[in-house]
Amino acid sequence: MSGKKGAKTVETAVKLTPITESQKEFISRIEKEAGTSIHLCYQCGKCTAGCPAAFAMDYPPRKIIRLLQLGMVDTAINAESIWLCASCETCTARCPKGVNIASLMDAMRRAALKQGKITDKKIAAFNKGFLSGVKNFGRTYEAGLTLQYNLSTGQLFKDMALGLPMMNRGKVSIFPERIKGRDEVKKIFEKVQQLGGEE
Amino acid sequence: MKFAYYPGCSADSSGVEYGMSMVRTAEILGIELFELDDWNCCGATSAHSTDKMLSLALPARNLAIAEKQGMDMLAPCAACYSRHRNVEYVIEHDPDMKHRIEEIIDKKLEGSTQTVSILDVLANKIGPATIASKVTQPLTGMKAACYYGCLLVRPVEYTGYDDPEDPQTMDEVMKALGADVLDWSHKVECCGAAMVTSRPDVGNRMLYHVLQGAKESGAECIVTACPLCMLNLDMRQAAVEKEYHTKFNLPIYYVTELLAFACGDAPETVGINKHFVDAIPYLNEVKKRAAEAEAQARAQQDKKETVTEDPELLQKKINSMIKAFEKGPDKMAGRLLDDESRASVLAEIISNDEKKRNKLAELMVSDKDKAVKVADAFVTGELKKRNE
Ligand code: SF4
Ligand code: SF4
Ligand code: SF4
Ligand code: SF4
Repeated sequence: MSGKKGAKTVETAVKLTPITESQKEFISRIEKEAGTSIHLCYQCGKCTAGCPAAFAMDYPPRKIIRLLQLGMVDTAINAESIWLCASCETCTARCPKGVNIASLMDAMRRAALKQGKITDKKIAAFNKGFLSGVKNFGRTYEAGLTLQYNLSTGQLFKDMALGLPMMNRGKVSIFPERIKGRDEVKKIFEKVQQLGGEE
Repeated sequence: MKFAYYPGCSADSSGVEYGMSMVRTAEILGIELFELDDWNCCGATSAHSTDKMLSLALPARNLAIAEKQGMDMLAPCAACYSRHRNVEYVIEHDPDMKHRIEEIIDKKLEGSTQTVSILDVLANKIGPATIASKVTQPLTGMKAACYYGCLLVRPVEYTGYDDPEDPQTMDEVMKALGADVLDWSHKVECCGAAMVTSRPDVGNRMLYHVLQGAKESGAECIVTACPLCMLNLDMRQAAVEKEYHTKFNLPIYYVTELLAFACGDAPETVGINKHFVDAIPYLNEVKKRAAEAEAQARAQQDKKETVTEDPELLQKKINSMIKAFEKGPDKMAGRLLDDESRASVLAEIISNDEKKRNKLAELMVSDKDKAVKVADAFVTGELKKRNE
């Protein structure tokens, strides 16, 4: 390789800025929450090869880990792929280095949520609706849930095509099931919230 | 066998057939189910996508109740099962976290009971032999793809009762019911249920691959043990067919529905009539196939029995064989023994000893190998006598 060509390669390479303290801190917090270490990863790509949602991802699992290894926290947390991950656990089950990628994706999702960086608003809306049902009744309120979910995304009629046949088959409980211990459950939500969790 | 029973939120609504057939399965197999007292929703994917502590605390309350009831907890829904196993894993391996969970739920956790999956109970705790002994309407001729999906086999730290890449427990149960099970590509592949409402473009493609995989293997139906898999595969099948311009026509069954059916229940008793893809016609087809297979087996059995049992025919054969021995002792001796000198001794025995001749003729009809052995013994005995 000639000296000139070599120099050119360097010019077009990704410019890495040194990792900042806050990025470092973010990464180790994510690792701790996920109970895994990104530095174990040797980039073999087995996780991406088996990921059923990789076809739709901007940064499939291997690349998410690489971004974190390089300290590119912002790119990783803004990736759409963390919202496309179906939590199927295939990557974790197959990783030869024992990296718990699914758990990492989960931790990334929660971090994005806390920072208000939600690439997929619909999923966040769904989760919120689901959990408010659990908080108030102790169990889910499927009919109410569907409604709330659709309202907050402006898709009221989208699932009605399925809603009616569900009703006809006796597959929707119209009234939420309330448990006796719903105060206990509510308290669980409140305590978690005090710890800086779910809102 | 006794379990605390955690039906999950879907057992009364979208997965109502799973609840019905679970209860019948327990009755048929003599499993006692005690519904978990005042259980709460486990929070499912929504909780663990939102807050880790919440995703641990919600199932933990249920586990504390199960410990009080003093029974292992059966959670048929794969998602419920997985969430509770997750907490059990954490309280076993992370004492600090265990302590924090106990504080939040205001209850103690001993880790004295375990959450079990329906596949583990059926295949490992009850066993295929016991299940097979209860079958009255075998699923002979059913071509089934057993679908495990994600949460019944992964993460393996929570599951551990089956192989995560090529699980067999559901296959064993289906075989015990008389069905043919197929090896296929998407046994443990995710169906994309988490994506179908929010990102149908992604979810439907994942679902398409699962359905297509089953179809390509030659399966005529898919069997599942999870209400979420069921909802996705059954309810969304028509939409996927439309999007991909294809027809699958694959009825989806809960393994518990098929168990109850094979043990004599009417399909309606366990809610098989509530499916989106009409699941009744295929069961009728299987019934027809099973009846045909049984008729065929019986005909073959009858045929065998006439051969061995018609004494008149048998006697006729023996008589003509005796005649052959009388007419050509040399020839018959040659057919029985290769060694020429021994064969000639045998020919003498045949000519002179009527009893032995008849014995050999009889054996020639029923069992030629035995006739050879006996003939050889006759010759050895005769030579010994001559040497004395
Ligand atoms: S499979 Fe494991 S080691 Fe390989 S790229 Fe993925 S995370 Fe890294
Ligand atoms: S858990 Fe997420 S990232 Fe991992 S394989 Fe499944 S969908 Fe892909
Ligand atoms: S996983 Fe589903 S069915 Fe099971 S308790 Fe949670 S919401 Fe209810
Ligand atoms: S419903 Fe689909 S995504 Fe959920 S566990 Fe079953 S296979 Fe996996």
